[in-house]
Amino acid sequence: MSTLTLGRTRAARRDPDRYKQGAARWVVLVLVAFTAALVLVPFAVMLMNAFKSPADYSGNGPLSWPESFQLDGLRTYWQQVRFEGKLLNSIVISGAVAVLGVVLSLLNAYALGIGRVRGRLWIVAAFLLANMIPQEALVYPLYAMAKATGLYNSRLSVIIIFTVIQSAFGTYLLASVLGTFPKALLEAAALDGAGRWTTLWRVVVPTVRPTLSVLLIFFFIWTWNEFFIPLVMLVDNSTQTVPLALASLQGDRLMDATTTNAGALISLLPTVVFFLIFQRTLTRGVTVGAVK
Amino acid sequence: MPSSTLSRVQARPSRGYWWYLLPGAIAFTVVVAVPFAANIYLSLTKWSGIGDPRFVGLDNYTRLLHDEVFWTSFRNTAAMVIAMVVVPTLAGLVLAATLFDVIGRRFGPKAASFLRATFYLPQVLPVVVAGILWGWLLRPDGAVNAFAEAIGLGAHDWLGDPGTALPMVMLVMIWVQIGYPVVIFMAALQRVDPDLYEAAEIDGASWWHRFTAITLPQIRPETFVVTLTCTIAALKVFGPVWALTRGGPNNATTVPSYFAYNAFFNKLQVGYGAAVATALTLLIVAISIGFLKAQGRVEEAS
Repeated sequence: MSTLTLGRTRAARRDPDRYKQGAARWVVLVLVAFTAALVLVPFAVMLMNAFKSPADYSGNGPLSWPESFQLDGLRTYWQQVRFEGKLLNSIVISGAVAVLGVVLSLLNAYALGIGRVRGRLWIVAAFLLANMIPQEALVYPLYAMAKATGLYNSRLSVIIIFTVIQSAFGTYLLASVLGTFPKALLEAAALDGAGRWTTLWRVVVPTVRPTLSVLLIFFFIWTWNEFFIPLVMLVDNSTQTVPLALASLQGDRLMDATTTNAGALISLLPTVVFFLIFQRTLTRGVTVGAVK
Repeated sequence: MPSSTLSRVQARPSRGYWWYLLPGAIAFTVVVAVPFAANIYLSLTKWSGIGDPRFVGLDNYTRLLHDEVFWTSFRNTAAMVIAMVVVPTLAGLVLAATLFDVIGRRFGPKAASFLRATFYLPQVLPVVVAGILWGWLLRPDGAVNAFAEAIGLGAHDWLGDPGTALPMVMLVMIWVQIGYPVVIFMAALQRVDPDLYEAAEIDGASWWHRFTAITLPQIRPETFVVTLTCTIAALKVFGPVWALTRGGPNNATTVPSYFAYNAFFNKLQVGYGAAVATALTLLIVAISIGFLKAQGRVEEAS
């Protein structure tokens, strides 16, 4: 078939009809680019208004180009919410969850995927279920438990909860990856006298490092973007995360439009930067998740 | 290799791995299993969160069945499924196929991946930040009305009018969700043998014909995954509703998760909120099992 196809391809390239398609492709490009531009419009409007002075905004409305480039909105928002604290909270919480969640997923998946412990299908199903349960069905008991143990309004409470919730997905994904782990490598390690613990860290971890790094990045960004449980658990200015800071100021009538836009800009900037740095890994991760 | 060593090696992977499950099992029990069981118990009680819960049997559930707001919240969930599953999946299929098949091959992969990243951008934002941004755009004195007035249309309180609030929340969710199917479907299309497209094209198949005869069947597994994960996300949606409308006006945009949250923390009806959360869990599990069964049947058939 290949030679036949090749011959026909060449014939097709000479076909004058192909030229017509060449014109149509520009129409398609313009249509898709226009749709993509529509997706960007809210960002563009936000950028325009984040750098206006309040007077400029009230005089000229939200659609005009800024009269001058002002950083007041950004500065006001940053100081009003003490943004560096929120940033630190988000980094600590998301970073801890990412690392702990990956370690916990790895330990679970090692027992399930390589150890093939008895009843593993049911155990995997339980983790899958934990991934599906809406957080509303856990939140009140967790809230009561946190209050009883003194963990309410602490970053630790959120770290513990999300480590478990994220590792439910991680276990499910990693168990299926480790289920197909090359037997020869395990046998070689066993012949060299490596115990299970050594095998895990010296053989398994280096081999599945790409999947682990994808999980690490995903857990980090998912936890960063979480809202519901942090909204319930973190009530204090000193423990709140970046998305919560913006949300809790939302009802504040003192916050004018330029500050709102500046706040939205500052709040989404870290995730966009993170996305640009890890774009490839994230895309790969979305795919890995989809196929498993 | 001596046979004794071989059997020892093979026997190895079945015993003694339980230790590795221990931390996960403890954490899972404390954070998921016990709270989930407690939530089911609470759903059978009347409790304000202070003092002792009073056991009332299935009262909360019978009350649910007669609560109009509860039914509204589930009807609104159907709207969320349209906005977060149906529209993004259909649009994502067309966009991904166009990016891959037309843009990627006639303008180069750089153009395709740039456009893909643009569509994906709203997906990386904290969804509540997206909600707040849109909440400002749609405010009576926001950018949408400024634009409407500039082109000669009147201003409108988009989120304050019960007639337009739900469509606006849907619009925001479409904007948030669109990139996810695009990314997954484009990755899926890379698996497809390019010869298939080449051959079809040479045989004179139209773009639409190639799309339905090659693209759709080839990426069916990913379509399943996207529909399932997006459906679960649509049933759970909370942040955008909280940020945009807090379920209002007049419950026009309330959803089960917001309904439960409101019962727990604003109305102090913990038992009732727990019943809503349990009902939502049942629905999610039932839909997921149904999906996975259907997927199994389709895979067996093909």
